[in-house]
Amino acid sequence: MELEKHMGGTRNRQTMTANLGAHAMRAERAPLSHVFSLLSLLLCLLCPSSGHAARIGDLVETDLAEQALRFFTFQDPAVRYALLGSMLLGITCGLLGGFIVVRKMALVGDALSHAVLPGVALGFLWNMSKDPVAIFVGAVLAGLLGAAAVHLIKHTTRLKEDTALGLVLASFFAVGICLVTMIQRLPNGNKSGIDKFLFGQAAAIGEGDVKLMLVATGLAVLMILLFYKEFLVTSFDAGFARSVGFPVQAIHYGLMLLLAFAVVIALQAVGVVLVSAMLITPAAAAYLLTDRMHRLLALAALFGLCAGALGAFLSFLRPNLPTGPLMVLAATAVFVLAFLFGPRHGVVARWWRRRSGAARIQRENTLKAVYHVLEAREFKGEGVSLRELAERRRETVEDARQQAVELRRHDFATLQQDGNAIYLTPEGWQRACAIVRNHRLWELYLTNAAHIAADHVHEDAEKIEHVLGEEVVRLIEKRLNYATHDPHGRAIPGLADLRRGEAPASPLPGATGYGRST
Amino acid sequence: MPSPENKVATDNPGSDISLEIHDLTVAYHKKPVLWGIDLVVPRGKLVGIVGPNGAGKSTLIKAAMGLLPISSGWVKVFGEPVKKNLTRIGYVPQRESVDWDFPVSVMDVVLMGRYGHLGLLRRPSKQDRDIARECLDKVKMLPYANRQISNLSGGQQQRVFLARALAQESDLYFMDEPFAGVDAATEAAIVELLHELKSRGKTLMVVHHDLPTARRYFDSLLLLNMRVVAFGPTDQVFTHDLLQSTYGGRLTILSEVAEAVRAKE
Repeated sequence: MELEKHMGGTRNRQTMTANLGAHAMRAERAPLSHVFSLLSLLLCLLCPSSGHAARIGDLVETDLAEQALRFFTFQDPAVRYALLGSMLLGITCGLLGGFIVVRKMALVGDALSHAVLPGVALGFLWNMSKDPVAIFVGAVLAGLLGAAAVHLIKHTTRLKEDTALGLVLASFFAVGICLVTMIQRLPNGNKSGIDKFLFGQAAAIGEGDVKLMLVATGLAVLMILLFYKEFLVTSFDAGFARSVGFPVQAIHYGLMLLLAFAVVIALQAVGVVLVSAMLITPAAAAYLLTDRMHRLLALAALFGLCAGALGAFLSFLRPNLPTGPLMVLAATAVFVLAFLFGPRHGVVARWWRRRSGAARIQRENTLKAVYHVLEAREFKGEGVSLRELAERRRETVEDARQQAVELRRHDFATLQQDGNAIYLTPEGWQRACAIVRNHRLWELYLTNAAHIAADHVHEDAEKIEHVLGEEVVRLIEKRLNYATHDPHGRAIPGLADLRRGEAPASPLPGATGYGRST
Repeated sequence: MPSPENKVATDNPGSDISLEIHDLTVAYHKKPVLWGIDLVVPRGKLVGIVGPNGAGKSTLIKAAMGLLPISSGWVKVFGEPVKKNLTRIGYVPQRESVDWDFPVSVMDVVLMGRYGHLGLLRRPSKQDRDIARECLDKVKMLPYANRQISNLSGGQQQRVFLARALAQESDLYFMDEPFAGVDAATEAAIVELLHELKSRGKTLMVVHHDLPTARRYFDSLLLLNMRVVAFGPTDQVFTHDLLQSTYGGRLTILSEVAEAVRAKE
C-alpha cells in the first residue's frame, strides 16, 4: 500500500492524514475540502500524543495509519455505524438548528441538551444495559420535562426566560451527573460506557443506535418537509399565524419534540455537554451564507453532515479521543470560514466592497478633475493631457497616468497621443457631469436650504457627491427650483450637457435627474 | 355609551354587521385592560381606533381576532364566532412585532397571506403566487419581490405587510398602527389603499396613534380608553368633550380599581 511508504516521521504522518481528510470530503463539497484538510492537520498538530510520538516510535504511527485505513475501507461494521450515525445526527441537528437560530432559541437547545442527562441515566437503570430505546425514551421524556419546567417558571413567576433556562439546565444536569456517578459505582458500572454520554464517542454507536437514528432523522426530515410552511410562518410572525387559524402552540411543541429527538440521537456521539453546539454552529454558518430559509436549512444540514463525518473520522484515529469536541471543532471551522469568506456578510467580502468603493471614489474624482480642466478652458479643444490633469490634482504625471489607465479600464476614457491625452467616452463624460453636478447641487443646497456659509460647504460636498442617488438629486433640484449655478457662481452641468456626449461649448440648465443612477 | 351609529347599526339585519363585540373584558396578568366593550361595526366602515397609550387599542383588535384569552364577553364576525370566519379576517400586525432580519424574501412574506386559505399541509399554488404578485403590485413593491426583507425601509416594510393582508382577500381587516414610522409617500399610499378597500365593501379597524391625522383619514372613530368612550362618524365623535374624556385623566377610578384588583392577587 502506498500509505506504508510514507511511514517515516511525524511530519509525513500529519500530511498523510490531511490528505486522507481531503479525499474524504472532496466528494461532498469540493471547495470545503481544503478547509477540512487544513483542520485535520491542525488537529494532528494539537494532538497531545504527537509530542512524544518519536519516543514511542513506530507503534503509534502504525496504529494511526491502520486506523485511517480501517476507516476508509469501511470493512469494519463499527466504522460504518459510527460514520453513518454521525452523519445522521449532523443532518438532524443542522435542520432543527436552523429553526432554533431563526427563532432565537439557541439557549433552549442548550438547556434541553443538558436536561436529558438524568433521562439517559434512568433509561440505563431501567434494565441495567445500554438499550437504545430505553435511553431514547428516558432522554426525550427528561428533555420535555425540562422544557415544561422552563415554561412553568416563566409563566408563574416574574423570572424571565434566560434565568429559567439557566436554572433548569444546571439543576437537571446536576441530577444527571449524580446518577451517572452512581451507575459507575455499581458492579459492572465501569464498563457501562455511560460516561461516554458526557463527551461523546462515535465508536460506541451500535447497530441498534443507527436504526434508531435513521428513524428519528427520517421523522424529522419528513415533518419539516410536510410542515415547512407552518414552521416558517410561526417562526416569522406567530401572531399572524394565529390570526389565520394555525395551531401555533401545537406547532411549537412539535418543533420542541423534534428538537428533543435531535438532541437525543446526537448524545451518543457528541455528548451532553456539546450537543447544543451541533445545533447552533452549522445553522449559524448557514445563516451567514444565505437569506432564504429553505437554503439555510439545506446548508445547515450539509454542514452538520460534514462536521459529523469529520468528527467521527478524527476521533477514530486514536483510542479514547472524544468525538463531540472534534465534531464541534469541525463545525466551528465551517462557521469561521463562513464568517470570513461569506459572499455577502463575510469579513473579506465587506473589506473588498469597501476597497472597491474607495476605488470608485478615486475614479470619480479623476473624472471630476478632467471636467474641471475642460471647464477651465471653457470646453474648447478636445482631450486633456496627463500634465494638465496632474497639475489640476497636484500630483505627478505618473500618478495621473495610472488614473488615466484606470479610467480606460472602466471604459470611461480612451487614451491617445501615446497615452498622453485623455478623451472621455460618452459614458465617462456622463459620469463626470453627474459628479460635478452632485457636488455643486449639494453645495447650493447646503447654502440655500440649510443656511451654511458658502466657504463651509466644499468639504462636505466632496463626500456627498459620491453617494447621492438619482432620487435624492431630483428632490434637491426641485427644492432648488432647478438652479443653474452653484454658490461660487460656477454653472451646474445639466441634461443638455449630458446629451452632447462630448465637451459642450457651455453647460445648459434645466435638467431633471440623469437618465441613469450614479 | 351609546353613539348614534351604534343605534343605526343594530337596527340593520345581522348580515350587514361585520363585527359585533359584546361585553368584552380582557385582562393581562389579572389586571383588566379592557372593560365591558360593546361595539357593533356595520359593513364597509373605515374605523380609526384612537386613545392614549395603554388604552388597550392593540389589545382590542387582538382580542377581537381571538389572539388573546378574554375574561368575559363574546365576539362575532359576520354573525358567527371568530374561529369560524378566520379566512374572512385580515391582519396587519405592528411592524416591530417581527424580526426583519428573518431569512425570507418579500414574496415569501406576502405568500403567507394565502396560508389561511390553504390550511395546514397544502403548499401555495401558482394561483396563490399570482395573487401575491398582484397584491405586491398594488402597493408598488413588485420590483422588490425577490429581495430579502432586511433590505427594506420602514415604509417598504409596511407596504409588504399590507400586501400580505391584501393577499388574504378578507372582508374585515384589523391593522395595528400601519402608519407608525412610515414616510410621507407611503402614508398617502396607505390612506388611498384603505379608502379603496372601504369602497369595495371591506370593513377596516385601524389602530392609529396620531389625533390630527385621524380626523382626516377615517370616516368613523372609536375613542378608546379601557372602555369605549365613543364610537361614530368622525365629525360627531371628534369633539372637544369626547376627546377630553378619552385623553384627559378622568378615568382614574377605573385605573385605581384595576390596580386594586391586581394588588389583591
